Amino acid sequence: MDVYGGQTPMAAYLREHHDKVVGRWCELAVTDVRGRISPAEMRHELDDLYSLLLRVMSQEDEDAPGELRAALDELSRSRAVNGFTPSETALCVFSVKDAVYELVADSAELVPEFLAFSRMVDNLGLRTFETYSAIREQIISNQTTAMLELSTPVVRLWDGIIAVPLVGTLDSARTQLVMEKLLDTLLATGAEHAVIDITGVPTVDTEVAQHLLKTVSAARLLGAQCTICGIRPQVAQTIVALGIEFGDIATKANLADALALALTQAGLKVVPA
Amino acid sequence: MERVPIVKIGRTLFVSIQIDLEDESVVRLQEDLADALTATHANGVIIDITAMEIVDSFIGRMLTMIGSISRLFDAETVIVGMRPAVAITLTELGLSLRGVRTALNAEKGLALLNGSA
Repeated sequence: MDVYGGQTPMAAYLREHHDKVVGRWCELAVTDVRGRISPAEMRHELDDLYSLLLRVMSQEDEDAPGELRAALDELSRSRAVNGFTPSETALCVFSVKDAVYELVADSAELVPEFLAFSRMVDNLGLRTFETYSAIREQIISNQTTAMLELSTPVVRLWDGIIAVPLVGTLDSARTQLVMEKLLDTLLATGAEHAVIDITGVPTVDTEVAQHLLKTVSAARLLGAQCTICGIRPQVAQTIVALGIEFGDIATKANLADALALALTQAGLKVVPA
Repeated sequence: MERVPIVKIGRTLFVSIQIDLEDESVVRLQEDLADALTATHANGVIIDITAMEIVDSFIGRMLTMIGSISRLFDAETVIVGMRPAVAITLTELGLSLRGVRTALNAEKGLALLNGSA
């Protein structure tokens, strides 16, 4: 731990000027915040961080480096959640160097030690960067999972008729999920008709069409008939231009027509009450 | 080698596959079924694969072939009780079991045969 070593005079000096350094650090860091966290909150964070920094520098206990890392991770995490960029978080940590340098620039015996201090702060700044990207990745993967769960409902339209309203772009992972959910629901409800509504699918290319065809033929293997509906005019043009054949799969303009077809196939008739 | 029993109910032959099929058993089933169709003049075959958890391309192709053979005896084949995972596998393998009808369960398969008879 020689990075932190031999800094006791510096540590003592910085401890003496604790409030002054933290105050200046806040002033420097708060300019980039743009109201995303309050100055008081920031001061509290930086105060904690500075105290830990001093504990590490004076090497008074062995827990200090671990606690400092944990505090940095926490800072990085809260910044990531509040929508700060990683550079902003790292710059916030780096600005402690400016605050300290302003203080020690005049005293000649502390300047050499400042170099070691600076290197230590650099390491800390880089650590926030690493934590930041790890946390962002976690947030992204959580959101992806949440979106997948949200975006694939299977609804029951009638006795024996279920519908899958698809909204958003279809990729392999999502189609797989849709397929599994559709088949499970067919099995659970004993439905014989399924309507796949693609009104909310912005584009249909050969890959998406392939996925849809696979879903339909899997449903057929379970003994259910599938209707695809809600093909939008632009999508219809693309499908024809790409030469995609839906074969003998029934397609209807909208959900109402598809439901009417399914009712007819189920031998049901809707009459005025 | 295990053999799959073929049960005659009315004019329908009922085959329930309760074991993990080996290739030999499938070929044997195909032969037995052809014999049974000749002997019984059945007009429908129901193959229940509820217990089947694994299919490969060979078994998938054999199911289609059983359908084609049955049609030569003027009997329709309905495959019932396919599990979602099996359906996905067959689709991924590019096997859509053409010429074979499918139903969710044996009851619906029977209704399908009687309705179309």
